[in-house]
Amino acid sequence: MSSIILSTTIRLLLPLLLLFSVFLLLRGHNEPGGGFVGGLVAAAAISLYALAEGVEAAHRILIVNPRQLIAGGLLTALGSGIIPLFLGRPFQSGLWLPHSLPVLGHVGTPLLFDLGVYLLVAGMALLIVLSLMEEE
Amino acid sequence: MLLAVLCGFVAALFAPLGFRRFPLWAGRFAPLLPLGLFLFFLSHIGPVSRGEPVVVTAPWIPSLGIDFALYLDGLGMLFALLVTGIGFLIFLYTPAYLGGDRRQGTLFAWLFAFMAAMLGTTLAGNLITLFVFWELTGLCSYLLIGFDHEAEGSRSAALQALLVTGGGGLALLAGFLLLGGVVGSMELPVLLASGDLVRNHPLYLPILLLLLGGAFTKSAQFPFHFWLPNAMAAPTPISAYLHSATMVKLGIYLLARFSPVLAGTELWLALVAGVGGLTMLVGGILAVLEHDLKRILAWSTVSALGILTLLLGVGTPAAITAAILLLLTHALYKSSLFLVAGALDHGAGSRDTRQLGGLARRMPWLAVAAILAALAMAGLPPLFGFITKESIYAALFLSPWEPLLLTGLMLAANGLMVTVAVITGLGPFLGKGAPALAAYHPLPPTLWLAPLLPAALGLLLGLVPNMVAPLLLRPAIAVVQAAPVNTVLALWHGFNFELLLSAATLVVGLLIVLSRRRLLALLPASWQEGGFTQDGGFVLLLRALLRGARLQTIIVQNGRLRYYLMATIGVAMGSMGLTFLESGGLPGSLAWPSGYLHEWLAAGIIVAGALTVTVTDSRLGAVVALGTVGYGVSLVYILYGAPDLAMTQFCIETLAIVLFVLVLYRLPLFTLLSTPVVRLRDACMAAAIGGLMTLLMFYVLAQPLVPHVSDFFLANSLPAAHGRNVVNVILVDFRALDTLGEIVVLAVAALGVFGLMQSRRSDGEGK
Repeated sequence: MSSIILSTTIRLLLPLLLLFSVFLLLRGHNEPGGGFVGGLVAAAAISLYALAEGVEAAHRILIVNPRQLIAGGLLTALGSGIIPLFLGRPFQSGLWLPHSLPVLGHVGTPLLFDLGVYLLVAGMALLIVLSLMEEE
Repeated sequence: MLLAVLCGFVAALFAPLGFRRFPLWAGRFAPLLPLGLFLFFLSHIGPVSRGEPVVVTAPWIPSLGIDFALYLDGLGMLFALLVTGIGFLIFLYTPAYLGGDRRQGTLFAWLFAFMAAMLGTTLAGNLITLFVFWELTGLCSYLLIGFDHEAEGSRSAALQALLVTGGGGLALLAGFLLLGGVVGSMELPVLLASGDLVRNHPLYLPILLLLLGGAFTKSAQFPFHFWLPNAMAAPTPISAYLHSATMVKLGIYLLARFSPVLAGTELWLALVAGVGGLTMLVGGILAVLEHDLKRILAWSTVSALGILTLLLGVGTPAAITAAILLLLTHALYKSSLFLVAGALDHGAGSRDTRQLGGLARRMPWLAVAAILAALAMAGLPPLFGFITKESIYAALFLSPWEPLLLTGLMLAANGLMVTVAVITGLGPFLGKGAPALAAYHPLPPTLWLAPLLPAALGLLLGLVPNMVAPLLLRPAIAVVQAAPVNTVLALWHGFNFELLLSAATLVVGLLIVLSRRRLLALLPASWQEGGFTQDGGFVLLLRALLRGARLQTIIVQNGRLRYYLMATIGVAMGSMGLTFLESGGLPGSLAWPSGYLHEWLAAGIIVAGALTVTVTDSRLGAVVALGTVGYGVSLVYILYGAPDLAMTQFCIETLAIVLFVLVLYRLPLFTLLSTPVVRLRDACMAAAIGGLMTLLMFYVLAQPLVPHVSDFFLANSLPAAHGRNVVNVILVDFRALDTLGEIVVLAVAALGVFGLMQSRRSDGEGK
């Protein structure tokens, strides 16, 4: 299933799509977007790459295993909730840095939580898609 | 004190590592912890014996008002000293007994944890603390019985003990909750002071039955007595510790602890004394029919627990005094006899009473320990057991309820005890040496020292009983009786009726010993070998439960996805439809909607897609049409101002189509397999759920919206959570816990899919 058109397009599209997914993640707090949809976009991008270049290539550019993405995402989300415990606040209270950062904007534990959601959703979709593709 | 109770758990954490790195030194240091705790509790004995309990409270779950409370009074002190004192002997004995088994560390970890759990249970200051530790002891018992987990017998015995005591634990929890509700407090001091309230409450009967359920299962009372002998599958030090000296006494502890609250009614007398009496006889009779040392001791433990229950059931001051004395005596002589049995097994290679004999010359110190313990068990002067037995007779003879019957039964039970004492304590050491003992080897010193210490203590206490009476026994009796007492113990009471009964007991016991062989020969051949289990009913019940579960699984979980789907939809439809009918149908009238052209187009796309899915005869076509429905829905989201939803829906649809295509790729060609009737049924089902959902939407839209929740989110999103996108702020901040739950579900689902794919792949490779 190799197509020159697809593999040429994906080479341009992949970085754009991944960048877009991060963009969605970061703007989620104030504009439409968020970790869930960002993760889905990232997963779609990598799936497209896998369709064009094969599952092996997709695993190569992923570097980590989708299962590790899921675990990392879950730990990140959980960790964002645990951080406030160390400061004597209830589980999952939002903590914010006092000043805005360039590009990222106002940063706090909810963003970390959203990052966890992003990683987990991307990992989940990729785990299913890639293992189905490998079957062939 | 908090630290004293919990340090066992800490030690349990480090035990496996310690024993792996320094097997020798870990074994030498391990007994120091129980010894230290023993001395620690001993240091509190002054105030406690003056009737001033030590109370420690630490917040545990403050939001529910639950504290971690410890309450050290006379009864708790007696148990704490027993647990740590016997614990010291067991910890001293186990390393030599196991002889460098590589799983020693694990065993010690469970033992440490068990000791901590026992201390927690007996020193608990409220019902919640008590229950949690109670269950922990059961769990440790499960792990320790199943220590030899490669043997089928150990595993099933462990499971049996867990199920029986765990079931009792559930009853106990229910009883505690009722009791706490009636009194209005879970705290022990408050509970102990509200006996009259509880006894006159309409819920007294269920509370009593549930608490007794917990106590009787834990202390192996009839008809739950069967699990204790099976628990002998554990290594012998474990049996000595858990299943004779401490854990099985928890039921007795519970009865004693709640005596001031529950005792004193006819029902208590009948139930507790009745069950105790029955257990005492059943245990005694079965004990003399066995040949394995450990099983004999196990059945005699059941019998002793029955005597304790009987005495607490009678509940007079004299009976309570006798019960507390027996608690101490029994712990001392029974742990000693168990340790002797373990040492015999270790040194002579057998536990069969028919093979052991004449070992006194080869194992002199062990013989001294065994004979002292056996004499205490038989209740001979000048041992503490004699004082105990005299006080039991004195209590029963003055019992307000059937004194003659009870004394007669006790005479029989004690006679059987004498027999057991002769068989287990004297038999292996006296008489002719049996020929089949080629495996004999000398014992390491701790193996005879550990049984000798409690046996010698039994002698010491018999000679100077008033050494411990005012400090240890009197406060415990006072707690159970809820009144101060002035018990004075004496070895010699003069020539009285109790002495006569003691002599009669001895005669009865010796008569049984002498005629035992002839009596055994009269029994059916299948009974001659011993090994009575008494768990037929339990096994049948368990089997019936499994069969029921299997049947129910076949009906409910038949493995066909479409039936699951139909059941889910059917239930949803039924419950929604009923609610809908009850609410009186649609409010108001439905007007024909006036929409813009593009809205009608979006609706048209959705309907056309849905219709195509149902009639197409190509799988790919169906998938694409389904995708069209999804895109149409996201179009609707965009039109009505929900870009977040639309975006997510769009991505989901795209990925879903990819997944569908990947799956469908491997399916066989599309063939029509369903009959017209089935298709009609499916169509009806689909139409019904679709119609119902539509009605529901109309119904919901006709209701006025409850504004304050969304108003709150809108108002607080920016100031409290620094975000303008309210949907996302709700997801990651206001309701982040929900989201966390959802992503956990996602992760589990993905792992499930992955697991299925992996198993398919390995199946393929296997073929």
